[in-house]
Amino acid sequence: MSASTVALTIIFSIVIVGTAIGFYAGTRHKMDLEQWTTGGRGFGVLLVWLLMAGEMYTAFTFLGVSGWAYSRGGPALYIMGYQPLGFLVSFFILPPVWGWARKHRMQTQADFFRVRYGSKYLAALVALLGIICIIPYLQLQLTGLGIIVEVASFGGIGRTSAMLCAFTLVAAFVFFSGVRGVAWVSVLKDILLLFAAVFVGIALPYLYFGGIGPMFTAVIQAHPGHLIMPGTTKNLGHSWYITSVLLTAFGFFMWPQNFGASFSAKSADTVRRNAVVMPLYSITMPLMLFVGLTALMVLPGMSNGDLSLLTLVRKTFSPWFLGFVGGAGALTAMVPSAILILTAATLFAKNICRGVFAPNMTDRGVALLAKMMVLVVTAAAVFSAIHSSMSLVGLGLLGYAGVTQFFPGVVLGLFSRRVTTPGVFAGLVTGFAVTASLMLRHRDPFHGISAGFLAVCLNFAVTVGVSYCTPVEPYRLDETPALAQPAKGAYAH
Amino acid sequence: MRKPALGAILWGLIPFAGACFSVGLWDRIEPRVLGLPFSYFWLISWLFLTPLCLWRAYRIEAKRDPKPGDAA
Repeated sequence: MSASTVALTIIFSIVIVGTAIGFYAGTRHKMDLEQWTTGGRGFGVLLVWLLMAGEMYTAFTFLGVSGWAYSRGGPALYIMGYQPLGFLVSFFILPPVWGWARKHRMQTQADFFRVRYGSKYLAALVALLGIICIIPYLQLQLTGLGIIVEVASFGGIGRTSAMLCAFTLVAAFVFFSGVRGVAWVSVLKDILLLFAAVFVGIALPYLYFGGIGPMFTAVIQAHPGHLIMPGTTKNLGHSWYITSVLLTAFGFFMWPQNFGASFSAKSADTVRRNAVVMPLYSITMPLMLFVGLTALMVLPGMSNGDLSLLTLVRKTFSPWFLGFVGGAGALTAMVPSAILILTAATLFAKNICRGVFAPNMTDRGVALLAKMMVLVVTAAAVFSAIHSSMSLVGLGLLGYAGVTQFFPGVVLGLFSRRVTTPGVFAGLVTGFAVTASLMLRHRDPFHGISAGFLAVCLNFAVTVGVSYCTPVEPYRLDETPALAQPAKGAYAH
Repeated sequence: MRKPALGAILWGLIPFAGACFSVGLWDRIEPRVLGLPFSYFWLISWLFLTPLCLWRAYRIEAKRDPKPGDAA
């Protein structure tokens, strides 16, 4: 058997085992909308941890981090900086969100906005913007899958065919398993990823330099400026670091899927304890940075840093090990993809379609429509993945700049009685308009400051300013939830 | 509506000061610690120090949780 056959066979076997676990875990429960999206709200610390880890350790972590260490150098440190702080923010925000979600039986992030601000139109806007941000993040995962197959087949399978293959697998997976299945596949994925990350992160510097310290010494000698900011870039310095870390730390749990993951917990204490221990899991980040830096010395001159980890593994180890690392990477892209698709599909069906256009739709109808949307969302991401050339971290930052715009509405919604619906509307529109205009015109960073951060500051100012100019509204989370059919206009304007 | 305790928020600010705002102080290669450039050593330390700070915040917040049976 040729090297590529061995590697691809192993990758494929790992993917099949993962998918089988998802099907099995998914089919043991009756799949109504509540089960499909929140797993029945009965997850303990372990399953919530798995679900969140499943969402957070993605192709971005696995390929993007080493890619940025390779191509950008110093600025890649922001990834190690923001992750613990993102969990820290969740410690303060998610427990009250969980409480209100349970009381009002929320299933999505947009539901939170609908209940808190009493507007189905605001909810639909939040859902729509959430889906728009999910697309580049999903594109990131599919590109990662494409890279894995491309490198493992030694260029034999093109990235486009690889991504179409990935599309089929991921869509089938989401269709049958729902959130519970996804959480259980995370078990396999996390074990494989941890093992692969620890092994390559330590073994590669040892094999080539005799240790992590000597590897750094070699990098410092060969590329004196690479390890400190701004690295190989011109404009990613300290002000960029601070604003990007703030942006991503506050945005971490504004991702609709991360926000929603807390709903599956069985208590607020579960959510809080989970936030305390999660930063430890970021220990894979420095290991991925080590791999990127080793690749910089061993394989200089690659045009796409995102390929560096796998290319180095391919050069160093035998094909079966490349298959193992590739398989771990494939699951690391598939599990978050599944969650992203599931979230986007539910947002569309529940908060846009039923919320605004078809209030009489039954839960069963929503679930059916959501399953149809799985195909549409995945196809959109595959299409944009094939037609785009952004780096994995670049795609991640684009999505983050968008989702962080939800932060003022969430945090003021939780902790302020003065914030009003027009205020949040105006802030959100401002934030997205500024983000889009700066990012699409390639003005990020804007004078050394992260464009998304600038946008969220303006968003905050507009939200507060407009809120003070509009009449006080009730704190609707305190109201008794309408038990029957909350979508039938109960919270309409 | 219940806001987080002031003490918990203060514990939460420490990692922000350590790993974010102070970047100008620690973004350097020397002194190397355990072979790592100082910035790497510093940020890796915060992967462990953040859970410690959050644990202190947790102790403060968990005490304020309503007991089962209290009115919501």
